[in-house]
Amino acid sequence: MIELTGIERDFAVGDETVHALSQVSLSLPDGDYVSVMGPSGSGKSTLLNVLGLLDRPNAGSYRLDGVETTDLPEERRAALRRNHIGFVFQAFHLVPRLSAADNIGLPMVLAGVAPDARKARVHEVLDSLDLLDRAHHRPDQLSGGQRQRVAIGRAIVMKPGVLLADEPTGNLDQHAGGEVVGLLERLNGAGITLIVVTHDPAIGRRARRRIRMVDGRIESDESGDAHT
Amino acid sequence: MRVVMRTPDLLSFALRSLGGARTRTLLMLLAMSIGVASVVLLTALGEGARRYVVGEFAQLGTHLLIMLPGRSETTGGAPPLLGATPRDLTLDDAMALLRERSILRVAPLTVGNAPVSYGSREREVTVIGATADFFPIRHLTIGSGSSLPALDPGRGASVVVIGSGLRRELFGSQRALGQWVRIDDRRFRVIGILGEGGESLGQDLDDMAVIPVASAQVVFDTPSLFRVLIQARSEDDIERAKKAAREIIRERHDGEDDVTIISQDALLSTFDRILGALTYTVGGIAAISLAVAGILIMNVMLVAVSQRVAEIGLLKALGAPERQVLRLFLVESVMLAAAGAALGVLIAVAGIFVLREVFPTFPIAAPLWATPAAVGVAIVTGLVFGVLPARRAARLDPVHALSGR
Repeated sequence: MIELTGIERDFAVGDETVHALSQVSLSLPDGDYVSVMGPSGSGKSTLLNVLGLLDRPNAGSYRLDGVETTDLPEERRAALRRNHIGFVFQAFHLVPRLSAADNIGLPMVLAGVAPDARKARVHEVLDSLDLLDRAHHRPDQLSGGQRQRVAIGRAIVMKPGVLLADEPTGNLDQHAGGEVVGLLERLNGAGITLIVVTHDPAIGRRARRRIRMVDGRIESDESGDAHT
Repeated sequence: MRVVMRTPDLLSFALRSLGGARTRTLLMLLAMSIGVASVVLLTALGEGARRYVVGEFAQLGTHLLIMLPGRSETTGGAPPLLGATPRDLTLDDAMALLRERSILRVAPLTVGNAPVSYGSREREVTVIGATADFFPIRHLTIGSGSSLPALDPGRGASVVVIGSGLRRELFGSQRALGQWVRIDDRRFRVIGILGEGGESLGQDLDDMAVIPVASAQVVFDTPSLFRVLIQARSEDDIERAKKAAREIIRERHDGEDDVTIISQDALLSTFDRILGALTYTVGGIAAISLAVAGILIMNVMLVAVSQRVAEIGLLKALGAPERQVLRLFLVESVMLAAAGAALGVLIAVAGIFVLREVFPTFPIAAPLWATPAAVGVAIVTGLVFGVLPARRAARLDPVHALSGR
């Protein structure tokens, strides 16, 4: 359960102050499927960073599963990221020198999970992503779609409640993009809260709940089946 | 609930990042290994010099005490070069020392430079007035002929034992034994030639002439002795011999304590200290190259941090707290430093081996402390100079890091 109340995020650009987010309030129940759209500079990426605990709002309250996160120390926020939030990036951000399996296992390495448990879980994830035959390939030996699937595997390996995807299909062709969206929706179907930031209206429309942002504010917030 | 990465994971992660940037890793290894190798090698050279000098002193004679006229004010220091001589140290003084049981041999010495000539050839050499006991005390060997006769030291004799170099220069291929040479207008018969290769403490024994001490006193026209060499009966007797010798001379000099007695040990320990300090100094200078290597490590790690900004952002997004990112980068620089140090020790060992092959007589060896000290300093350097880049990595803002700006 994600609850944002009166979130403000300002950046100083030169002498001016840019309000990347102003008065954003949002409540997302578990298992929700939300798309965030809007023009460049509308604050959708900043919103995603705040939701992912990578960025701290200047004002307002952000409760994740009932825990107020805005005043937590860095270490606690890192722990929440590790256990509750998965990230999928447009540029994949795989570690080039690690194999697909090691990239997927990286969050568990950072969390200090024992090698045996790690291996079993990575195998499980690779299996569910249909990537078992690519386990020992390095990212530069994988196609774009496969890379993003590895990145998604990494995002879910710690079994988080929330999956944040920032333009997940931005670097992919139509076919690979469709596969990735399908995979994300399958994960959402299994209960994970999915939040997708995208430019692509075709992908944005697929979400059950569609948020449109302009100038750091939520302009519209529609729920229900997509209207074409 | 603090998370700690498992140590093997930490090490293998760092190892893989180092392996991912081979050129940079190799350059840093090279810098660090040169630093460590130079510390170990240079201190080994210093230690070699120390051992060399110690060995030379041992050659000088065993259980040796050296008595010289004049009282040295400082204790344990160098002999007074211009010390006033209140009372001559005479032959009788020297011979009186033999009363003491702990003293085995005594060699009164008078030393000076004089021209030695044979026919038209003349050489200016060091002429030593001594007794027969001088030869065993100084471990001098006679190559051919005989040593000085064991006369009453007070009596002169016109005989001379010459070094092999002097023999060559004066006689060439002619026979020297039995010939008469002139030393400062007096004639001496050559009765012995010293063995080859006598050099000790820079004094070339090949180029000297030894005549009976009484004759030398006439040649140089001095009643006083230059030195008295005293050989104690055993190691344990050295201190007793020293005390007794001082006592005997005081008695004979109307209660005046006017000689200086230095034991070879005291001289040796002085040289030992000087050369030991030299070794530390050289090691310290070489350690500067370790610091340079450290700065290089810092520089290259800073580059690494800026090259891996996105990765650091990712690690943070995946839930690595600042402390963990810091540790990852620190481990990397310490691993580099440690590997470089290990390589450096190998290079140093190889270098010492080669030097030993090339200069078999020079006893080169790294002092015991050098290797652990160099390796320790290298690792501490890696740690210290790794802190700044690691902190920069840890404090990186993940939002900016991931956006690739």
